[in-house]
This record gives sequence, structure tokens and C-alpha cells, in this order.
Amino acid sequence: MASLVGSRVERKEDKRFLTGKGRYTADININNQTYAYFVRSPHARAKITKIDISKALKASGVVDVLTGEHIAKDKIGGLIAGWAIRSEDGSEMKCPPNPPLAKDNVNFVGDPIAVVFAESLEEAKAASELVNIDYKILKAVVNLSEAMKDDTIHKDIDKNLCYDWLLGDRQKVKEAFDKADKIIKLDITNNRLIPNAMEPRACVVDYNSASEEITCYTTSQNPHLSRLIMSAFGGVAPEHKLRVVAPDVGGGFGSKINLYNEEIVCSWASKKIERPIKWVAERTESFLTDTHGRDHITHAELAVTNDGKFLGFKNETIANLGAYARVFGTVTPTYLFGPCATGVYVMPAAYSNVKAVYTNTAPVDAYRGAGRPEATYTIERIVDKAAIELGMDPIEIRMKNFPTEFPFKQTLVHQIDSGDYVAGLKKAKEMADYDGFSARKKDSESKGKLRGIGVTTYFEACGIAPSPVVMMLGCGVGLWESAEVRFNPTGQVTVYTGSHSHGQSHQTTFAQIAADELGVPIENIDIVHGDTDKGTFGMGTYGSRSLTVGGIAIVNACKKIVDKGKRVAAKMLEASPDDVDFKNGEFVVANSNKKKTIGEVAFACYLPGVRDEVKSPLPEGEEPGLKESAFFDPANFSFPAGSHIAEVEIDPETGEVKLDRYTAVDDFGTIVNPTIVEGQVHGGLAQGIGQALTENAEYDETGQLITASYMDYTMPRADNLPEFNLGFTCTKATTNPLGVKGCGEAGSIGAPPTVMNAIINALDGQEIQMPATAEKVWRACKNLKKTKNKAA
Amino acid sequence: MKTFNYHSAKDSKEAKKLSSSNSAFLAGGMTTIPSMKLGLATYKDIIDIKNIKKLSGISVSGKSIKIGATTKHTEVANSKEIKKTIPSLSSLAEGIGDPQVRNRGTIGGSIANNDPAADYPSACLALNAVIHTNERKIEASKFFKGMFETALKKGELIETVEFQIPEKSSYQKYPNPASRYAIVGVYVAKHKSGVNVAITGAKPCVYNDKDLAKALVSSFSSNSISGMEVNSSNMNSDIHASAEFRASLVVTQAKKAVEAC
Ligand SMILES: Cc1cc2nc3c(=O)[nH]c(=O)nc-3n(C[C@H](O)[C@H](O)[C@H](O)COP(=O)(O)OP(=O)(O)OC[C@H]3O[C@@H](n4cnc5c(N)ncnc54)[C@H](O)[C@@H]3O)c2cc1C
Repeated sequence: MASLVGSRVERKEDKRFLTGKGRYTADININNQTYAYFVRSPHARAKITKIDISKALKASGVVDVLTGEHIAKDKIGGLIAGWAIRSEDGSEMKCPPNPPLAKDNVNFVGDPIAVVFAESLEEAKAASELVNIDYKILKAVVNLSEAMKDDTIHKDIDKNLCYDWLLGDRQKVKEAFDKADKIIKLDITNNRLIPNAMEPRACVVDYNSASEEITCYTTSQNPHLSRLIMSAFGGVAPEHKLRVVAPDVGGGFGSKINLYNEEIVCSWASKKIERPIKWVAERTESFLTDTHGRDHITHAELAVTNDGKFLGFKNETIANLGAYARVFGTVTPTYLFGPCATGVYVMPAAYSNVKAVYTNTAPVDAYRGAGRPEATYTIERIVDKAAIELGMDPIEIRMKNFPTEFPFKQTLVHQIDSGDYVAGLKKAKEMADYDGFSARKKDSESKGKLRGIGVTTYFEACGIAPSPVVMMLGCGVGLWESAEVRFNPTGQVTVYTGSHSHGQSHQTTFAQIAADELGVPIENIDIVHGDTDKGTFGMGTYGSRSLTVGGIAIVNACKKIVDKGKRVAAKMLEASPDDVDFKNGEFVVANSNKKKTIGEVAFACYLPGVRDEVKSPLPEGEEPGLKESAFFDPANFSFPAGSHIAEVEIDPETGEVKLDRYTAVDDFGTIVNPTIVEGQVHGGLAQGIGQALTENAEYDETGQLITASYMDYTMPRADNLPEFNLGFTCTKATTNPLGVKGCGEAGSIGAPPTVMNAIINALDGQEIQMPATAEKVWRACKNLKKTKNKAA
Repeated sequence: MKTFNYHSAKDSKEAKKLSSSNSAFLAGGMTTIPSMKLGLATYKDIIDIKNIKKLSGISVSGKSIKIGATTKHTEVANSKEIKKTIPSLSSLAEGIGDPQVRNRGTIGGSIANNDPAADYPSACLALNAVIHTNERKIEASKFFKGMFETALKKGELIETVEFQIPEKSSYQKYPNPASRYAIVGVYVAKHKSGVNVAITGAKPCVYNDKDLAKALVSSFSSNSISGMEVNSSNMNSDIHASAEFRASLVVTQAKKAVEAC
């Protein structure tokens, strides 16, 4: 049997998704269900002076109306930050309480205050208008750069500052800067993004009064963690009385890592009103209340020698947390950001200093890449600026500063096990026809257009684990994964995994690796995930960790199956287990033609007695059955890397940017399914290009989200994107048996600086901030003309 | 969405009879239904006019093209007669929204709504259209009154829109990157009688730019308007484009349109 790892196995998911048979949370209906509609704050910051639900309670079809008062009375806990980050001075971070329903204060537009349950959605919505709330409106804190000087939003949180964090050594950096020939300075903003999963958030909750069990169907990237938080911190029910099921999930990009207010409220309320509850977010609610991403202001400095060697790096960043600190809210702008900010380079000294502040905007949390796109954007923009100021080629300056030996101890945290950055950039340069750029530029200029080329090289720390490290850095839980592999007596296999897919095709990729490990045809393998009642615990899908951590747990469980299979086969074949080899699904006794298939062995494991010809195959002391489980906690993060090159053509009259060519060469270690990996790269690139060219979440000065619909929030569309030119290099990860590194976030990490460097190159080095909208580019082109005219 | 009464009118007369101060006609529903869903509009009565046969269809006669009010954008985009006589009009229709919108949205609904960023109003001005209603004929230049405002009276129903066939014409839309409505759309048409340069998206209501037209009358080439500046003081300004940027786009899109004629 040929190995399936590395082959373009057709996606098992395609049939149901493409024929409209996916089963999402909103597809679930429970007999006798009520419909929930949330009353939300229309103000960014206000004191609630009165809530009157009496009229709403009497409205047609209303079953109940609940508020923060009820939540407080029932002692239901709120949402939490999952990572404890310390400030440079050693003090602990400051997080405000975030009750599921706001009782006294509201802190962003969309903050939920009350919930109406009714027999129909229309009735719930109509009654919600009768919930009478009086507010004392307060001045909203919206502007990130001013937030530390503004009114304090939360009691006892001075300057709206959650923490002032430092990673690195200021003194060493100072010494490096003192020795520098030149200091390159850069001020950038990393624009706020709204994840925009195609499937809006939703939950359907069913309380069984006989078993006193709550079942919550929800749109989650990590149902197990949701249950843990809802139980341990929310106090909704003990874990064994709470089942969380995430069926098919239509995208998340990080926004569905968090447990949200609505899931806690509906789970708690279903028991209280003894009725099933259905809630589905409207698109406007998604814009307003899904966690947003990015939103940094950064000042960076790079110390260089005249011949382009890097000596030191400073990164001073203000990160927006929004109104509350959520699960990955505090770690995203620190440990997921700071260490990667020195890029793929040998950087003798560096520090990252991040001030995370609260504002009256939606909470900001992990979004595809989480911290690493912000880091890569910072270093890759400043490296390009250094190349410009030193008159060097952008590829040359990068090559000059690459590490060439691995493992490579990166400046701030990471020990990078494997990689070959030189090979990646060389390949990208060839594939992009870098040398042909000047001819293409001439061609563009003959048509009155500008053309620019941009380069980025990145690495990312993903496969988030290992537990001892993440816990040392402040994580509230360990980040291992687990799996269970069960053989049926008749030879098919069910694999239970704690990882969950929200569009990544785990059912295919995981089946491929199990098929290879067990020698069982892929169609005989089922992957079960997303249900806390089915299978083992998991820490969730994010940080490109499902294959590198969850997938390896499957491999390890399979290896235990094979080990037991060897012992059983040895008994059946009257040989010593040491002489039994396992290959292509067969246990073979060395130097003989005696063998048993794994199916035969599995069957035998379930028939351990003696009857007629059948004799128990089980060695003494061996348990019947064939089922094994494993937990996997890797020795290190994994470190994908890559080199991206883009070309843009700009119409100076209209400011339109056409992304004309895009080459991405990535090193993801072993690739299990090239089709799926390419799909992940395409999706990531689209989102990264969206950040660079079109997407921007904008609030006005009162804290109203002005980009709260697709009429104003500009998603990238197919016609914004070129044909992608993808290539791969492979250096295997040494910290897991498959050598895999993860691929889900690479595109969104590499694309923003690549595209922006290309635009800035076309603009003769003139800097502009993301997103490079037509008007900004048009203005820059006008400046360009002016300076050219002056020069002439 | 609030509940409402649904009526299907069989002819213009019945449609008029059913209409009140609290009703709306339902053509493609591409504007009416989203605004009802978002709670921006509520109506007691919705009067469906799609079943009025007479209101749909395309006919060409010598100097003009008549398009029935409930004719869908797709039909205009694909019409052989229109492609032959006023190709710029079918390409305008082809550039509206997305396939779903084009398969439902209608020309009558679009001009009755008179969205400041809609495409069709510029075609009406550029192509000296006459709007035939169940009560009268209205010249396009007197039809578009202001933002979302037209000369239509309550219960007045557009039946057909009649476009004058020009010598040459072109519509150049600079789309809003998010909604794909026009940030600025310029429709240039050269008739025997003169030149029209109709602009949508730039101001609260579609208008004919007289200065650009004048320059083109003296010489119909992009050079004659190149470098011209239009006043931005009463232009729209939003997160997608400032008034100043729109003013610049008016000229660049007009140049493109002239070149494409
Ligand atoms: C996603 C999306 C994208 C769009 N993009 C564009 C775009 O790029 N460019 C563009 O120009 N438009 C765009 N539109 C609008 C689209 O062109 C619609 O067709 C138009 O808004 C209304 O036409 P309708 O037939 O759907 O009218 P309806 O929604 O049915 O009616 C709109 C209004 O017109 C009135 N009305 C309808 N027919 C008549 C009539 N015969 N006589 C009198 N009054 C009448 C109704 O009473 C109502 O008040 C878009 C719409 C959507 C939803």
C-alpha cells in the first residue's frame, strides 16, 4: 500500500459541504425550542441607571426575560483571560470582570444587557424593543494612541493599562545601538480586522430535566475548552452535566476560540426556563461582538552597520484589547508577538515592549496568525526600510542576516529546530522571476502605471504547546492534545480526536495519517471530533496546532495499537513479538511467510475465548479488545517559515492597486495533503492581502462601529487576488514523528508586509499605512509627482 | 421584519388603487426587502408589480429603446438589441451588484429608488431618457430631485423607460470596494444634439456636468478635459472616498469614458 501522507487524497468533507449537507449549529432544531434575542448596548460607554423588563415580559409569545441581575443572583461567572501576563515591573496584569450580561456598566456597542426568550424569533425581537433601559452616557475611549491619557474605563485600572510588558534586555539593546552605523526608525499601525467567519455564531441549548444535563450545540473551535470554562469559571453546571457539541463549523479564524456571553447565558437559562433555546447571531451582531483582530500601533527601530548587518532591534507597541480581556487577548500581543518580532534573522540584541490597553470597542483577540502577522509586519517593513536607506537590494539584506545553522537560538525566546531560509528565498526569487522585474516595470511605465516589488521572509512559532513552556509563560492550562483509536471487531477504525475542525479538513488529513500508521484503507477510517461526550479532551484548534499536536496524538495512539497487535499476532503466529514486523497493514514473522493482517488481529482481539478451532490469541495478561489512547505534548513549538514575493501595478490617476503577481514559498515540514495545504495557503493569503489592501474596522469618536456591514467593511474578493504561484521547501520538524510544522496561518502572516513592501517600492519608498486604499495611494502618487517635479 | 399585507397587482390600475401613504411597490425587492429586514422601513402594504405583464420587456424603435420597468438587470445586460444599439447600457447593467441582484433587481426599482450611488440614473441623464408612468411622461432631467428623491408622486408607477440612442457612449464606474455601488460613475454620451456627461456617486444626487460636456462639445477627445478640475465643495465624503478624491475621479472616469467611446 502506497503511503497516503503526501498525496492529494480527495477531501472526505467535500461531498457533504458541496451538496449542502453540512450540518451547522443553526441547522439544529429541538422540539419545543424558544428563540433568544439579546438586548445590546447602543452606546460605547454608559452607566446603566435602570432596566425595566415588565412590559417585555407581558409581550406576545414571551417566555422569559433575564438580565444581569438574574446572572448575579445565580452567581454565574463571566468571561476570562486565559493567560496571565506580568508587567516589566513584576506586577500582575489587570483585568476587569466581564459578566455574561452587563448589569451596571456597558463598555462597547453590542455589549449584551438582557435576553428575551419567546415562542418565535419575531416575538423575541419585538419584545426586546420593550425592554426599557436608562443610560447615563459617558465619554467613550476610542482612540488607541490616546487611551492611556483618557478617562479610566474600568474601576481600579489606571491609564486603562492591562500591562506594560517587556521581553528582552534594554541594556544590551542600548549597547548595540551605540555601536550602530545607522538607526532605522519606523512608525506603523496594524489595522483592526473583523474575522467574518461565513457562519455567524450560534448556539442551541437543550436542558434535560431528567438527567439534569445541559447540551450546548455551538459554533466553537474548541468545545472542550468551552465546557471547561463554562463549568469551572461560569459555574453553569459541573463538567459531567454539561455537554458541548460543535458540529460542522463554518470558519472561525480565531473568533470562535472564545466562549462567548451568549453561550453561557443560553446554557444557564435553558435550565432556568426548562425549555430548549436557539440563538443565531445576525450579521450585524457578528460585526459588533465577534472578537476582532490586530489593532496595534508600533514604533520600531533597527540598528544596522553600513554593510547591512543587523545589530539590534527595539519594538515599542501599544496593543488594543478592546473592552475586556478574553481568552487569548492578553497573550496574542505578548508571547505570540514579541518573540517573532526579530524575524528570521540573527539579531544580537532585541526587546519588545508592549502596553496593552482597554478601549470602548469590541474585545480584540486571536485572529489567524495571532501576533505573528503583527510581528512579521513590523520586522519586514523595517528591514525593507533599512535596505532602502542603505541602498541595498531587499533580498541581499535578508540573505546577509539569515542564520545558516540549525537548531538556531532566536534572540528572544525560541530555539528553532530546523529550517533553511536561504534555500526558501532562493527558490522564491526564481519562481517570482525577480530578475525580470525591471523589464516588467518598464512595460508598466510605458502604460503610465507604476510597478513595485516586495519581499518578505518570515518564521512563525506555532503548533502551540509544549505545556511546561506555555504554562511558564502564563497560560492557565497545558496545551497538549489527545486521541483515541478504536478498532471495531470487523476491522474498521474510529479515531477520536480532541482537535476540532472549522474548515481545515481534519477528517481527511487525520484519516490519511491513521491509514498510513495502521495500513487500513482510508475509507474504513472515521474521524470523530467536536463533541465532549465523544472521545477525548482537546485544547482546541488555533495556532496551527491541530496536526502538529492533535495529529501526533493520533499517530502515537496508532503506534500503541500496532504494539499490542504485534504481541497478539506473535501469539497467533507462534513467534516472539520481537520477530514480528508490521508493514502495510500486515504483521509478518521475520524470515518467513507467516503473517496476519491487522483486521484479522483486531477480530481476534475481540474473540478471546476458545471454541472449536478458535483459540484465544491473547497472550497471558493481555486485555481483550483493540483500543488505545495517547496524549501528546511536544518538546517545542514548531517553526514554519517562508519567503513571499509580490508585484503590484498602480494607476497613479485613480490610486487603484492591482496585485499582479504573488509567489509564496513555504516550509511546512512534511506535507500530508498538498491540496488541503494549498487551500490553507490560498485562504491565508486572501486574508493577508485583505489586511494590506482593503479591510479596516473603523469606529467613530463616540465608539460606533462604522464598518458594521459589507456595504462598508471591505472583504477581499476573488477579483482582488492574482493567480497564486506556490512553492514548497521542506525541512522536517524534529520535535514530532511526522516532521510536520503547521500551515494554517502562514498566508496571513506573510502577505501584509509583502504587499505593502511592493506598494512602497512602487511609490519610491514613500510610506503608507494599511490598508492601502485607493485614496491613500492616490495621495501618495500626487506627492510623488510633486517631489519628482521639484527634483526635475 | 414586521408583518405586512402582500398584494399582487394584475395591472397598473389595481396597483395604484392598492397604494397608500403606507405602501411600497415590490419589483425586485433588492432595496425594499433589506431595508425592511433591517428595520429601516416598515410598510402596511406591499404591492407586487412583477405580475403585471405590460411592465416587462425591451423594444427598439428607430431612435430609442424602451425598457419596461420590471425588466431585470440581467435581461438588459444580455439583450442583443441593446448590445447592438447602446452597448454601454448593457455593460452598465452587467456591472450592477452580483448575479443574484441582477437576476431580481429591476430598472424601474433602481430609478424610483434613486440611490445616490446607483448606476442607472446616470444612464437616464446621459441618454436623455423619458420616464413613462401610469400618469405622465417625465424627462430624466426633471425626474431625479435629490437624495433618494424623485418626481414620482405617491402611487405613481413607472411603466417604461425610454432611452435615446446616442452616436456613441460609455459608462465608466469606479466601484466602492466594499459595496461595489459607484463611488463615482461617469456616463458620457454623444448625441447629434450635443454631449452629456452624467455623474453618479459623487454628489447626493445624479447630475449632468455642464463644464465637462461643454469642453467635449468643442472637441470630443479626452485631451480636451484632461487637467480640468471640478469643484469638490458639495461632493460626498465618506470612509471610502473624500470629496477631493471623488472630484478627481470624476475627471479621470470621464476621460476613460471618452476614450472608450
Ligand atoms: C447586494 C446589492 C448590490 C447592489 N449593487 C448595486 C450596484 O452596484 N449598482 C446599482 O445601481 N444598484 C445596486 N443595487 C440595487 C439594485 O440595483 C436594485 O435593483 C435596486 O435597488 C432596486 O430595484 P428593485 O427592482 O429591487 O426594487 P424594489 O426593492 O422592489 O423597490 C425599490 C423602491 O422602488 C419602488 N418601485 C419599484 N418599482 C417601481 C415602479 N415601477 N414604479 C414606481 N416605483 C417603483 C418601490 O416602491 C421601492 O420604494 C444593489 C442591491 C443589492 C442588494
